[in-house]
Amino acid sequence: MASEPESPLKAVPALPKVATGISGFDAITFGGLPKGRPSLVCGAAGCGKTLFATTFLVNGATRFGEPGVFMSFEERAEDLVANVASLGYDLDGLVAQGKLAIDHVRVERGEIEETGEYDLEGLFIRLGFAVDSIGAKRVVLDTIETLFAGFSDETVLRAELRRLFGWIKDRGLTAIITGERGDGQLTRQGMEEYVSDCVVLLDNRVEDQITTRRLRVVKYRGSAHGTNEYPFLIDAEGISVLPVTSADLDYTIAEGVIATGIAGLDAMLEPGGFHRGTSILISGEAGTGKTMIASSMIDAACARGERCMAFVFEESGHQIARNARSVGLDLARHVEAGLLRFEAARPSLYGLEMHLARMHRDIDRFEPALVVIDPLSALRGPPVELQSTMLRMIDLLKSRGITAVFTSLREDGDIDHDSAIGVSSLMDAWVKLLNVEANGERSRTLYVIKARGMRHSNQVREFTMSEVGIALIDAYIGPAGVLTGTARVVQEAEEAAAALRREQENLRRQREALRRRRSLERQIDELRATLESVEEEEALLLSEDEMRETTLANGRRNLAARRGSAR
Amino acid sequence: MSAAGPTGGEAAGRARLRLYVAGTSLRSTRTIESVRRLCERRLGGLCDLEVVDIYQQSGLAGTDGVVAAPTLVRLSPLPARRLAGDLSDEQRILEGLGLQSLVRDSADGGNDER
Repeated sequence: MASEPESPLKAVPALPKVATGISGFDAITFGGLPKGRPSLVCGAAGCGKTLFATTFLVNGATRFGEPGVFMSFEERAEDLVANVASLGYDLDGLVAQGKLAIDHVRVERGEIEETGEYDLEGLFIRLGFAVDSIGAKRVVLDTIETLFAGFSDETVLRAELRRLFGWIKDRGLTAIITGERGDGQLTRQGMEEYVSDCVVLLDNRVEDQITTRRLRVVKYRGSAHGTNEYPFLIDAEGISVLPVTSADLDYTIAEGVIATGIAGLDAMLEPGGFHRGTSILISGEAGTGKTMIASSMIDAACARGERCMAFVFEESGHQIARNARSVGLDLARHVEAGLLRFEAARPSLYGLEMHLARMHRDIDRFEPALVVIDPLSALRGPPVELQSTMLRMIDLLKSRGITAVFTSLREDGDIDHDSAIGVSSLMDAWVKLLNVEANGERSRTLYVIKARGMRHSNQVREFTMSEVGIALIDAYIGPAGVLTGTARVVQEAEEAAAALRREQENLRRQREALRRRRSLERQIDELRATLESVEEEEALLLSEDEMRETTLANGRRNLAARRGSAR
Repeated sequence: MSAAGPTGGEAAGRARLRLYVAGTSLRSTRTIESVRRLCERRLGGLCDLEVVDIYQQSGLAGTDGVVAAPTLVRLSPLPARRLAGDLSDEQRILEGLGLQSLVRDSADGGNDER
């Protein structure tokens, strides 16, 4: 695990800590349990205290080179060994290697007769002996409160316990003390009074017949810690705490864009698809085509050679593959090629915890690049728990860089009618499908509500599903509103007619203008012709005048000449 | 509680006791003394007493399931019984060990005294 979580909280010189190796726990405590001090792990019966403690020891012995002593006040060593063998812990082997010592301190009510003064030196000696024999650094006392059943003198016991914890500190042993949950206090005998450095509370609650294990760090003196209740699960790999903020949202994000396999949808997103490693919510009512869009994304991913895993809660994998064939998607061949796996289970089969655990396991084994959860809304449970499950689910997928496609029946993105808790805020992208009912028909519409980190179309698109696939059509958006389906076609036809009318009108106007222009031009021509004739006439008259003048002058000259000769 | 009567009396006739003490403190020595006295006087030597210092033989404490110190363990007759405390009250020790029968068999005077 991350041994050094980069956190501002760690900037101050921190308390030395010892990693438990329990995934998640070390993260929420920023390193583990306080080194060289006793810590209290308490909880009701069956909530995993012993397992927590055992894991702490086994991890210490196998991974951190710190041998440990398990002092059991309840279970016999054989039982303990058998109980954790299912988790793959070989306690006998560790004991043989000298990495672990188990000491069963049998204390039963009435078995020890008390006759006068005594102390618990025997316990100290035994613990000291076990610690020295293997050079232990870690100690588990499970459950030390059993002593209160065996001995009746509480004053002595309390004094001795105080001394014991002091002794543990003096020896620099990192210890886990387990305690059974008591009424009104964390443990029956108020152990929290003595072990005050670090108190971890485990809880196993049954709500609506579904159990959930939770862990909370009640206090951690001298250290920051996550204060929430964190769900944890016990599976074949031991305990894992699933902190919501395990990596402080510090994912190494997967780069790249993945196409959805629907050209129209890709076109609505600026980069041409969704970002890889994001969570995408496809919400819509029944029959809006959520699964088909998811199937299309699966097909596109498999076609790229990526592994896909689909957790389906309402249909079988075969059914989905068959249905996808109707839109021209052949998912069966991907299943055969080993690129696609369907994990079908009824939502009621397990509790949320188990669903998550199962997904966790399957995802780790199959290592898919795309995970589809269809539908997310099928998972039922108390809203708060559901919310945390979703969070962890998304956390799980994101931390692995897996693109996740969730479908949800709830069109507003909520997971429950009664609650205001939505999953939509957890999602990076949200595609909403809506069936628009009008004119006696329903048409499918789709729009992208959000898509983090990219520009996307804000338009409603109508989409159709046919044997050639899913296609998006621009919906009619105009003064009459948003129209889809036949209404869109009708409206489009009307618009076309109107356009034609407008065009014809234009032509008519143009012709009219031309005609008027021509008539004006004609008038201009006529006037110009008149002008020309007037000018011609004038020129004629002028020349006639000139000729007359000349003739007159000639006449006068001839007359004068005649008179002159006569003289 | 002390149903061990019949078995206790017949098993071997002798009791094996082991006393665990922690070091040589005043309490330890006082306890050792009182148990020794008990064995000799009340049980008339019908018991074998072994004194173990848990500091010296810390391994043994685990095998006999000793938690408190001092602890007196009846190893036989079985089942084993444990008594914690400085064992100052002889009668309670006998009751605790379920060895009254031994007392009755060996020394009647012990009962008369009471």
